[in-house]
Amino acid sequence: MRDPAISVRGIVKDFGNGETRVRALHGIDIDVFPGELTYLVGESGSGKTTLISIVAGILYPTQGSVRVFGSEIYDLSKNALVLFRLANIGFIFQQYNLIPTLTAAENASVPLVAAGMKRGQAVERARSALDKLNIGQLAERLPRQMSGGQQQRVAIARALVHDPRLIVCDEPTAALDASSGRRVMDLLREVAIQPDRAVIIVTHDNRVFDLADRILEIEDGRMVGDRRPDKTKPLQQELQH
Amino acid sequence: MGWIALRMLTGDKVKYYGLIFGIAFSTLLIAQQSTLFVNLMLRASAAVWDVTDADIWVMDSRAEFVDGTKPLPSTDLYRVRGVPGVAWAVPNLRQGATVRTAAGELEQVTVVGLDDATLIGLPPRILRGSLGDLSAPDSLFIDDVGSRKLFPNADPVGQEIELNDRRAVIRGVVDANPSFTSGVLLYTQYSNALNYVPGTRNRMTFVLARAAEAKDAPATARRIEAATGLRARTQSEFARDSIYYVAANTGIPINFGLTVLLGFIVGVAIVGLTFSLFIRDNIKQFGALKAIGVTNAKIRGMVALQAGWIGFIGYGIGIGLATAFIVIGGNNSDTFKGFYVPWQVLVGVGIAVLLMVFGTGFIALLKVLRTEPAEVFR
Repeated sequence: MRDPAISVRGIVKDFGNGETRVRALHGIDIDVFPGELTYLVGESGSGKTTLISIVAGILYPTQGSVRVFGSEIYDLSKNALVLFRLANIGFIFQQYNLIPTLTAAENASVPLVAAGMKRGQAVERARSALDKLNIGQLAERLPRQMSGGQQQRVAIARALVHDPRLIVCDEPTAALDASSGRRVMDLLREVAIQPDRAVIIVTHDNRVFDLADRILEIEDGRMVGDRRPDKTKPLQQELQH
Repeated sequence: MGWIALRMLTGDKVKYYGLIFGIAFSTLLIAQQSTLFVNLMLRASAAVWDVTDADIWVMDSRAEFVDGTKPLPSTDLYRVRGVPGVAWAVPNLRQGATVRTAAGELEQVTVVGLDDATLIGLPPRILRGSLGDLSAPDSLFIDDVGSRKLFPNADPVGQEIELNDRRAVIRGVVDANPSFTSGVLLYTQYSNALNYVPGTRNRMTFVLARAAEAKDAPATARRIEAATGLRARTQSEFARDSIYYVAANTGIPINFGLTVLLGFIVGVAIVGLTFSLFIRDNIKQFGALKAIGVTNAKIRGMVALQAGWIGFIGYGIGIGLATAFIVIGGNNSDTFKGFYVPWQVLVGVGIAVLLMVFGTGFIALLKVLRTEPAEVFR
């Protein structure tokens, strides 16, 4: 049996204190394997963003442990955790969060620069990443000079440029129209999936469910489904079973 | 990450120029007002620094500044000369008078009586005439600023004036530091000066002395005080006394101080507000950087670089404008004659700008540091 890339055990997350305390996650256990596109789906408020934030090492859980490629990430010091993220995790955000005054290539180079690479070298590598995503010709454009789909591709390039082992995406198609969203997900599947890399995508965009290798369902802070879709059937039909 | 920080800063043109304007305006206001204040205060001691040969000033025991003295009896000159360590001592007179110009205008002047034999007390740079000209009967030298005031469109040399009802002739022009009141200065021999100013029993304003050894001037001054009961100050001590007197007895420090404070407050307000807007607009990007793996130390460095950059540019522009104001003013107006920008003002304004940009930057930074990286997912 393959070793999981991510092992989440007994994750509990509470927000607030005393009477205002709200439990967002109730003892979540999941394993995520490399070489797969794993979706985390659920209604708004189900806890999927909280869970992915914990898996990505940017939100401390109240209880439980998260092991990412063999490292218990919440046993690391705060600074070590930041550096772990820099070296091992690529982020794709719903609103892209590109720096508006940097060009596409410069935006994509940010993780490399943050890791200490020289500007020229980092931007050059970022150009290659943009080329792979078929937007090399937009390398000198500012975010405001690009469409939403193009900006999301720049964000994907930024997530992949430093060759991380875990890619975490939060609603990457939410701000895009149906065709742009589909293209972005196709592309993500094409360039992100690697035998030694795990990809987790939070989404409730059922237009792209058919691209998943595995779908984890969360409801009210509890895991309620874990299935590998039969790609010969329409996914909505399968999810209703 | 430095270039990313600078691109984030300079890419938002409105805020970038707003920040630079705020710092430049504040710097200009603080530097210009501080410079005017310092130079005005220095004018309180201008008469002391214009006397280059004497290093000790002796005056009435209650005298506090150069224009606030009580005349001494002439015998005090000999008492000072008798103090061990005094190389020489000469009389000096400094008294107000009224001049009627050829155009019939009345002008308040200060008559400075110089030792007849040595002319000690005359500013060192003579612009028109020669020392010998002061020996002629009824001769006066006038300071250059005063000459333009009394004779705006005429050659002052050779002009006759009526000085306290007595005839006098201008025979030379000297380059003197304007006094605090910017009054006209007329230099003449001591014996002539006694005729020009109203008579009282005691006429001598100061005894100007020199210590046998320059380094012993402070000790010699103390010996003069002990031996004569008069007040004896070295040149720098008396200059400082004069400045302190004006500072303590006029509203100038408060008025200039308030303007400087206002400049600082305006700078803090503009920079603080704009910086905080800049950070607020970029908070998502900073959050994304933190999520990606940029450490808080690097974020701090980015904000510090942004603050330092706008501080440096704004300071440079503000100081440049303030210096241009002083230099152009000094070259074109007697009001600013001799004014300069002291290095202490440059350092002081630099510290104020550092406090401004790093103070406001620190407050803005707190917002970034408190931002949880998980917020970019919400």
